[in-house]
Amino acid sequence: MYAYVVKRLFLMIPTLFGAALLVFFLMRLLPGDPCEIRMAGTGQYADPEAIAICQKDLGLDKPRIVQFGGFIGGYFTGDLGVSMWTHQPIAYEIGLRFKLSLQLAIMTTMVAVALALPLGIISAVKQDTWIDYAVRTFSIAGIAIPSFWLGIMIILGLLIVTQAWLGEGWMPPINYVSPFKDPWGNFTQLIWPAVATGYRYSAVATRMTRSAMLEVLREDYIRTARAKGLVEKLIINRHALKNALLPVVTLIAIEFAFLIGGLVVTEQVFNLNGLGKLFVDAVGNQDFTLVQQLVMLVVLIFVATNLVVDVLYAWLDPRIRYA
Amino acid sequence: MKRFISRIAATTAVSLVFGVTGIGSALAVEKGGILNFVVAGETPSYDAHRETTYAAVHPYAPFYSVLIRVNPKNPQSPTDIVCDLCKGKWKVADEGKTYTFKIRDDVKFHDGTPLTAKDIVATFNKIIFPPEGVPSARKTFFKMVESVSAPDDYTVVFKLKFPSGAFLPAVAAPYNYVYSKKDLDTHGYNWHTDHINGTGPFIFVQHQPGAFVEGKKNPNYHHKGQPYLDGFKAIIAKKMSVRIQAIRGNRAAIEFRGFPPKARDDLVAALGDKVTVQESDWNCVLIATPNHKRKPFDDARVRRALSLGMDRWGGSAYLSRIAIVKTVGGVVFPNHPLAANKQELQQLAGYWPDLEKSRAEAKKLLAEAGASNLTVDYNNRDVDQPYKVVSTWLIDQWTKIGVTTKQTVRPTPAFYATLRKSHEYDVSIDFNCQSIVNPIADVSKYLCGAGNNYSQCEDPKLGEMYDNLLRTGDVKGQRAIIRQYERRALDEQAHEIITLWWYKINPHRSYVKGWKIAPSHYLNQQLDNVWLDKKLM
Repeated sequence: MYAYVVKRLFLMIPTLFGAALLVFFLMRLLPGDPCEIRMAGTGQYADPEAIAICQKDLGLDKPRIVQFGGFIGGYFTGDLGVSMWTHQPIAYEIGLRFKLSLQLAIMTTMVAVALALPLGIISAVKQDTWIDYAVRTFSIAGIAIPSFWLGIMIILGLLIVTQAWLGEGWMPPINYVSPFKDPWGNFTQLIWPAVATGYRYSAVATRMTRSAMLEVLREDYIRTARAKGLVEKLIINRHALKNALLPVVTLIAIEFAFLIGGLVVTEQVFNLNGLGKLFVDAVGNQDFTLVQQLVMLVVLIFVATNLVVDVLYAWLDPRIRYA
Repeated sequence: MKRFISRIAATTAVSLVFGVTGIGSALAVEKGGILNFVVAGETPSYDAHRETTYAAVHPYAPFYSVLIRVNPKNPQSPTDIVCDLCKGKWKVADEGKTYTFKIRDDVKFHDGTPLTAKDIVATFNKIIFPPEGVPSARKTFFKMVESVSAPDDYTVVFKLKFPSGAFLPAVAAPYNYVYSKKDLDTHGYNWHTDHINGTGPFIFVQHQPGAFVEGKKNPNYHHKGQPYLDGFKAIIAKKMSVRIQAIRGNRAAIEFRGFPPKARDDLVAALGDKVTVQESDWNCVLIATPNHKRKPFDDARVRRALSLGMDRWGGSAYLSRIAIVKTVGGVVFPNHPLAANKQELQQLAGYWPDLEKSRAEAKKLLAEAGASNLTVDYNNRDVDQPYKVVSTWLIDQWTKIGVTTKQTVRPTPAFYATLRKSHEYDVSIDFNCQSIVNPIADVSKYLCGAGNNYSQCEDPKLGEMYDNLLRTGDVKGQRAIIRQYERRALDEQAHEIITLWWYKINPHRSYVKGWKIAPSHYLNQQLDNVWLDKKLM
């Protein structure tokens, strides 16, 4: 088992290197640079000398291979460098936003699981009944509706309803409220984006839960349990659900990894200062160093999540270990 | 519907009269409170001397003072400039080549250091004559300055190489934050990129990157009795929908840049008299830039035809209902004494009152140039307001003279790379957006070879006209030269094709008092005269 984990850890290095190579050169293929955006992006006079000074300050005048060497060397030694836009250390920029993105990812996952598991189970158990059709419609709608649109509708809905009821429109706070300072304020801020994103996420998980449950419910051991006269509730909870959850857990884990840096539009819609918003800003500003490190962070999260899932699989099913 | 329209009309009219003329300021000022406002951008650094974004102004101007500024009581006037750190009226001598400013003796930096003339000299030396390797975004605006000196602790003297009407507005630009000489000497010229020590009405509290900037009242502010607010919070909100909803949901009271007409109408419909709308012409103009290095756009007849094909007067009426543009104008900000009046404008190709005649002339010119079935490769910016909206109109206008347009909409970085570097376009959307109205500096945009002119044109005659303009001290002479310059740039050579001037719309919570809209979103942002009417909160 340890050898398996060590082997997988070593395999992470070429994956990360490949990702670094790709993101570095793909970013350089894009037209423009942060100095152009900074000096000429406002329509005012752009002093070529100021642009040249800026490019020199950021090291953009150096050969690409030297820039790449600096990036990759820094990454593997833990020095993430500084943002080309704000000149702040990238570790600080990411650290500032990570807790919000993590909390939102956890809340979104909780909303998704709270919706997906009961709905998926009920849909499988009541297959081809009106309940099943309703759940399937609900989940297909969740997949079809973009979460940013749902987010905008939620905010508008809150404004309209509260204005009608209270005389003054209410919307969630647009600045991060720490859960340690104001738990209720924090909850009222993050529950709405968690619902907007969690609904879509739950839709996928509901369908996965339903399929997995249907498959398990047709297994011989379930039939045997029923023949033994076990209570249906016990069959579902103890025998079917546990076995059906394996693919659902995988899906939830991978989606969770995506949520950490992938809530790009939802964070914009709710004005949440998370990693997704930072990503958008960094791309818009052509902040090469920040984009590179954010991509590397997401890659690392995915690689690590995959590793954890694979190790869990290997632990649950010894056949994988020896394959 | 009628009720809705009359509601908008009433709210807007009220604000245009009371807000802009200052009748509203007759109300008794209330002190206290925190102003929350939203700002769409975030500056790369705090040092406004090197930055060009308004995001270096809205959250940070309240921490600083400037030598002179646009009159906060009358910001609509493009020529009303008053002292901030100086006192009285400056003296002009030596036939307009020496400007002497007397400096206030009651000003302290937030760290307690008293301000003297040496601080102002050090600041302007940094802006005008920066040491090698120190960027200064607007040093070219001070081409006329020979030296800045302080004969004593409370006098600053600017010596000019030649008299110039562009000097005073350049000094009054809102970016010229006065820094402490001690900070510059002790910490160097990059210290202000991430540190703040000003003499402004508010003291810096904190900046949480990506989230907000916070300031608290400066009790030692030199304009006695001000500021009225206890503090402010500038909330960074890049999506326009968030900024609009923030005002509607009272998470923010105001956004200082401007909203499109639809947002104004929605806010007025939702909030009624809880929202006040201030509107103004905007010192930004949207331009179509032909690429002179591409055929047939090297031919002035083709460029003139593109200008003649546009119905600017009609476009103003209907585009102003959906986009942040309105006013028909020439090279100078429409409300400035140096701007062309309607009669003068109507002499220029593309501004003629007879549209049919104009389009017939356009077709004739295209035929003469052998470009009757012209297809334009058009570079556009992937931003709705006003670029995509106005470009849609423009493309339609050109179809009326038989011109087909192939439009490529690019995200901002790619758009700029195309406009500034690769030049892979026949015509590109472009804009000239300035802070303080400084016509002599602003019209340099149309100068072939200017850093922000992307037409790749060559026109030494236009350059000569500009040199004359720069060296002409009297307004009458300046006005005459600008008319010639305008005719050459927009009509005879049609180096650039002006569409419409922008129009600034600021709907804000009615409890925000004292702030008056200016012709630029960069101006009047120190917030020292802003107060909150608690009764309306």
